[in-house]
Amino acid sequence: MNIFGDALGWILDPANYAGPGAIPVRVLEHLGFTFLTLVVASAIAIPFGFAIGHTGRGRGLAVATSGGLRAIPTLGLLTLVALWIGIGLGAPYVALTVLAIPPILAGAYAGFEAIDRGAIDAARAVGMSEAQILTQVEIPLGLPLLIGGLRSAALQVVATATLAAYVADFGLGRYLFSGLKTRDYAEMLGGSILVILLALALEAVFATIQRVVVPRGVATTRLPVDRARSARPRPGMEPAITKGNP
Amino acid sequence: MIEFRSVSKQFPDGTLAVDDFSLTLPSHRTTVLVGSSGSGKTTLLRMINRMVDPTAGSIEIDGVDIASLEPVKLRRSIGYVMQNSGLLPHRKVVDNVATVPLLRGVPRKKARADALAMLDTVGLDRGLADRYPSQLSGGQQQRVGVARGLAVNPNILLMDEPFGAVDPIVRAELQQELIRLQTELGKTVVFVTHDVDEAFLLGDQVVILQEGGRIAQIGSPADILAHPANDFVASFIGADRGKRALHVERHDGRDVLVDSDGRLAGVLVGDSAPGQVGFSR
Repeated sequence: MNIFGDALGWILDPANYAGPGAIPVRVLEHLGFTFLTLVVASAIAIPFGFAIGHTGRGRGLAVATSGGLRAIPTLGLLTLVALWIGIGLGAPYVALTVLAIPPILAGAYAGFEAIDRGAIDAARAVGMSEAQILTQVEIPLGLPLLIGGLRSAALQVVATATLAAYVADFGLGRYLFSGLKTRDYAEMLGGSILVILLALALEAVFATIQRVVVPRGVATTRLPVDRARSARPRPGMEPAITKGNP
Repeated sequence: MIEFRSVSKQFPDGTLAVDDFSLTLPSHRTTVLVGSSGSGKTTLLRMINRMVDPTAGSIEIDGVDIASLEPVKLRRSIGYVMQNSGLLPHRKVVDNVATVPLLRGVPRKKARADALAMLDTVGLDRGLADRYPSQLSGGQQQRVGVARGLAVNPNILLMDEPFGAVDPIVRAELQQELIRLQTELGKTVVFVTHDVDEAFLLGDQVVILQEGGRIAQIGSPADILAHPANDFVASFIGADRGKRALHVERHDGRDVLVDSDGRLAGVLVGDSAPGQVGFSR
């Protein structure tokens, strides 16, 4: 029998939607775990990233540190922390936060660095305080790249969060580990497919947010420059969706 | 009145951008600092609003040492216009113009109304108010930049090569516009450029700078053109060549003016009326 058919059958089996360890529960656990990890990693990485982007100092250190963090094998770190603080959810939280920090940090400072220096210099020269430059210029203009960093962190965390089940009875990874132990490949593959679907869903959500946070004046860069006395109709702010459609 | 007193600026890397510079800039007049790159002209300009702090000497505005003023507050009281406009790309034209008044606590509605009026002042259609800077041409962006600089009705307007990045036709238009504005508003304008023609066109007082902010000559355009202080000035302003070195030639009973390349510059029409140039093109 086809193993994918079996996996689909497992996913659709009503028996898997009831009781402890039901699919909806596991999905929520998995999502909650991913979300909390991103929040903690952001709380650490974003202030540092903003500080680096705003001052232009410490970039070398940040690149070296995030390179180092990226190089740490997550499973190894997970095992190490679990040996240290014991079995449970603490170890996967630590390991995955470490995994999530580099992309968020990079997104935060790269977003600031991508802003036209002239605009920031002018903002300062007309009398914006440093805090106002940060909140009114740098954060709005740097937000799309920060969301990009969060997006790639979310993708890594949601996929790697399966490892949480290695040291705790938690998340979609449980299906992979238990399926492996009992040689229930339908359960294993079914669990994997659920993780993939979750990752794709998160991608879609973040891609949408990333588009939405692009400031309008920046998003309209490619609109034609206004020419005085132009006979052409002016494509202004109306949505582009209706254009060119038959 | 802005006074530089023995001002020096050494950057952390050791470059001495300005060395013992002293100058008085009269109120309600346009002073143009002109020089090639490395002459410290932009550094001098940015010292006036404390974007750069001198390492020695002092700068006074109307008798007050600006080192004693809070930089952010000082900057909000001085207009600043830069090359490439420096507008905030995520704010509409009207919001860019209203930036500084809002920072100073002007109510939003009034700031917006004032900003729209300011667009009229700089010759921009109010229809552009709700556009973003990226939707404007380079010349329009510079006008918005000037409008932002004037929005708080400052006594002093600093202009750092504001017309350097637009094409020659638009530049000429913007220069005329600035002359018109200046006759109406009478600000103390400090204008930095590397273009001698622009300096002579706009400046009441022109300061020609050599490297390290050394003053080669100060004077009205006519003074400088008539009596270049030295060979550097003569060669910098091109007094010995091109369209500044004119001579008279007789042609069919009339005097015509010819430049050093032999190109016709105009016709001599006799005594000049007051306020009128002595030849017509």
